[in-house]
Amino acid sequence: MKELVCIVCPKGCRLKVDEENDYAVTGNACPRGAVYGHGEIKNPTRVLTSTVKITGGLYRRCPVKTDAVVPKGKLMEVMQLLNAVELKSPVKIGQVVIEKVAGTDANVVVTKDL
Amino acid sequence: MYDLIVVGGGPAGLAAANSAYQKGLRKILIVERDKELGGILNQCIHNGFGLHRFKEELTGPEYAGRFIEMLKDTNVEVMLDAMVLEINKDHEVHVINAEKGYQVLKAQSIVLAMGCRERTRGAIAIPGDRPAGVFTAGSAQRYLNMEGYMVGKRVIILGSGDIGLIMARRMTLEGAKVLACVEVMPYSGGLMRNIVQCLEDWDIPLYLSHTITNIESKNGRVSHVTVSKVGDDRNPIPGSEMEFDCDTVLLSVGLIPENEITRAAGIQMDGRTNGAIVYENMETSVPGIFACGNVVHVHDLVDYVSAESERAGAAAADYVLNGKSEAEAVKLVNGNGIGYTVPQQIRVSRVEKLADVFFRVRQVYKKSVIEVSDGEKVLASYKREHMAPGEMEHILLTRAQLDQAAGDTITIAVKEA
Amino acid sequence: MYDVAIIGCGVIGAATAFELSKYKLSIAVLEKENDIGMGASRANSAIIHAGYDPKPGTLMARLNVEGNAMAEQLCKDLSVPFSRIGSLVMAFSDEEMATVRDLFDRGTKNGVPGMKILNAQEVREMEPMVSDQVVGALYAPSAGIICPWEYTLALAEVAVVNGAEMKLNTQVEGIEKKDGHYVIHTNKGDVEAKYIVNAAGVQSDKIHEMVAEKTFTILPNRGEYYLMDKCEVERANHVLFQCPNKDGKGVLVSPTTGGNLIVGPNAEAVEDAERVNNTAAGMAFVRAKAAKSVPSINYRNSIRNFSGIRANSDHDEFQIGIAAENFVDLAGIKSPGLSSAPAIGLEAVKLLKECGLEAEKNEKAVTTRERIHFRTLSDAQKQEVIKKNPLYGRVICRCETITEGEIVDAIHSPIPPCSVDGVKRRAGSGLGRCQGGFCGPRVVDILARELKVNPMEILQDGEGSKILLSETKQEVNA
Repeated sequence: MKELVCIVCPKGCRLKVDEENDYAVTGNACPRGAVYGHGEIKNPTRVLTSTVKITGGLYRRCPVKTDAVVPKGKLMEVMQLLNAVELKSPVKIGQVVIEKVAGTDANVVVTKDL
Repeated sequence: MYDLIVVGGGPAGLAAANSAYQKGLRKILIVERDKELGGILNQCIHNGFGLHRFKEELTGPEYAGRFIEMLKDTNVEVMLDAMVLEINKDHEVHVINAEKGYQVLKAQSIVLAMGCRERTRGAIAIPGDRPAGVFTAGSAQRYLNMEGYMVGKRVIILGSGDIGLIMARRMTLEGAKVLACVEVMPYSGGLMRNIVQCLEDWDIPLYLSHTITNIESKNGRVSHVTVSKVGDDRNPIPGSEMEFDCDTVLLSVGLIPENEITRAAGIQMDGRTNGAIVYENMETSVPGIFACGNVVHVHDLVDYVSAESERAGAAAADYVLNGKSEAEAVKLVNGNGIGYTVPQQIRVSRVEKLADVFFRVRQVYKKSVIEVSDGEKVLASYKREHMAPGEMEHILLTRAQLDQAAGDTITIAVKEA
Repeated sequence: MYDVAIIGCGVIGAATAFELSKYKLSIAVLEKENDIGMGASRANSAIIHAGYDPKPGTLMARLNVEGNAMAEQLCKDLSVPFSRIGSLVMAFSDEEMATVRDLFDRGTKNGVPGMKILNAQEVREMEPMVSDQVVGALYAPSAGIICPWEYTLALAEVAVVNGAEMKLNTQVEGIEKKDGHYVIHTNKGDVEAKYIVNAAGVQSDKIHEMVAEKTFTILPNRGEYYLMDKCEVERANHVLFQCPNKDGKGVLVSPTTGGNLIVGPNAEAVEDAERVNNTAAGMAFVRAKAAKSVPSINYRNSIRNFSGIRANSDHDEFQIGIAAENFVDLAGIKSPGLSSAPAIGLEAVKLLKECGLEAEKNEKAVTTRERIHFRTLSDAQKQEVIKKNPLYGRVICRCETITEGEIVDAIHSPIPPCSVDGVKRRAGSGLGRCQGGFCGPRVVDILARELKVNPMEILQDGEGSKILLSETKQEVNA
């Protein structure tokens, strides 16, 4: 039995995951908690948020995120790839910066109109 | 003459303006000191916003973007790069801006939505040198996320508030080594999910019941920090020192509502929240002046800021369209374990169906019950599995429950199971 | 070859440069830091003392009372915040009332105007928040509060406008006498001058010993302070002292010209004359002592701690005089140094003339300085200055209502700052309750823009105090 805190939402449910019972999750307030508890033990993933360079905007950096979770082990690889990106203003929320980043199913997308 | 002037174009101001517009006000002005709307959300590039409000997980700029988008379909005026210097009981707003100069604007109603600021090193009197390299977490966040600069390579974070935790991860992702997060209280001030994904994910140690007891410098920049364990009285325990070579200290040691113009206007304040005392509709002690968001009390979730601010905006509209209506108010009393409540007063006759009450507890509670009583009888009770000062609590009181209250106070208290 | 080289630009060096710049002289001011007023002049009680403390007949007594009398007009002329709010030395026992009477007698001998001895009730009428243990006080209406940063800056700026050369980052390493003049060796090369004024503060004994026999030793003494938010200013209407003791004037509680409350200092002999740190013990001492005067101070409203090093010496007297041929010491300037500064400047001119300096008045010399202090303008004046320069319509420091116009003015002032704190000392940005948390990044931006440098070169304060270490997103792996 593993105990962990659900990070799907800020509520922070205290989950119990039973590895011996097909990773059955208890303590979750919503179904997303069960999915998280299951995944966190078998294959932990995170959404990555960061910035990329931009020219011509109000600021010198534009915020971005992965539009789906990526494996925890790939976060630093994605960060490296972001270093090479340089956007030109204007950009729109949702604009794809890198498709299927680092061999995952997640795209890196802009999160601010700039 | 405006129907409504909203001071501040962050999440609170945006939601208040939108909801006032939806409720029928047409001459609305938002005054924002920055060059764009969105407030602090613009630098909060991490995700976790909007699960309540939009049922999806957004980043700060995306969350702000949703509200800015809503404004586009309205005729709400926005004055950017402008600072409100003064408001008064006659609903005059003194504002300056480079283009328009110094103006005194009149409004039928005002919503205060100035947000909060960070507590600094001076507020907690950390001994030692005073070199460069000591930043509030929010300033560091702005440098990193908006301006694109690293403020440090080897970092100690004091305080486990959410911004500090978020910055621990951000600095790590950008190549810095975060050596420790140090918290004077025996529990974290931030959300559990942030402890997990910002500290534990990156093997950053969290030292609870510890504090920084000395900062040393070399060539004008932080070079060394001493961390000590503290006793139950929060005083450092000699002999417990840990030494860290580092170039940066980030402070995440609390937020203070930004209420200088509120105080100057003679609006009644609550010493516990450092915000205005408000009624159930977020109206302050001055009729027609409302307040919402972090300027009233520091929230942990922007979703709650939006909900509270929508109530304030709707109430401002009601005030302008239907005039003010005096009513008897009951006072909410902070009973056992309760740090503060917002609102502090409820005008029961003005509650349609439900009254939202937000509060914080003063310590960590496991299984417990929140009890609402009028001193004689229990009006309502709510079970909780876990409560902590870092996590704001929310209950709804029904009109029926409120009507049962005898006397002019209602006490909210924690009972441990 | 300069006529006069002044070593050190704290308030003493600045006051000397100011007075000398009224003559047709070539003047160099050598300052080892990257800005002026970086020693005791930047970290002190910000008080213009009345002058009842020093022993009658001493230089300290005379120069304090003279300096106090000069302060008001000088501050008016130079746009320096100053307010003659008066001071109280409070007694907590009959023995201390005897001290109060002694101080009254001293003050009378020193020529301090308008003093009065008050009983407990009179004190409480003037100061409702003081401890009920107070039994009486010495009231000196001529004491005042001042902004020591602007005082120092204003004096030095006027000197520079009149042609004095300000040489920052210039550390004196040795002095030689050659062909009837001095050659001053510095890290930036040699500076030649006919006369030297030693105003080197905590280093003044070392400078003295470069040309003369040792006659005094500087004993650096650290004082720690709290600066409180404006909401605490109501705790005191006057400068509130306790009776002086062997360590000095003791812990005071006073309003500041910025509308804050200042509490401190302690007095601790230290070895390192340049290290201005705070200690847990020192701060606890200050809190405990201040509580005796005003019990209700709420330290949750503290906005900054700081400490300053006083240039005390092994003599209970300023070390002012001709130390060698054409070499004037303005050394060992401890409290009341700030109060005495303008009188010391005059004294320096007198001593240089005694040495043989021939000085002809420069009728064209400027003796005034103006600056826009937006917050203090009327609504109509605000409107007017914004119309002239829209930068005055953009508030950068929200706590203190300091506009971009004032910050740009500061950056292009006669002694341009290179750091965020340099801008703070000139314009007042970042002085408030958020301590630059909000405006800091914006000031860095404005400094970089106006000085046409990369933001990463902007310093927090002294040499080396880098704020930004690198840009993000620079490493690209192939």
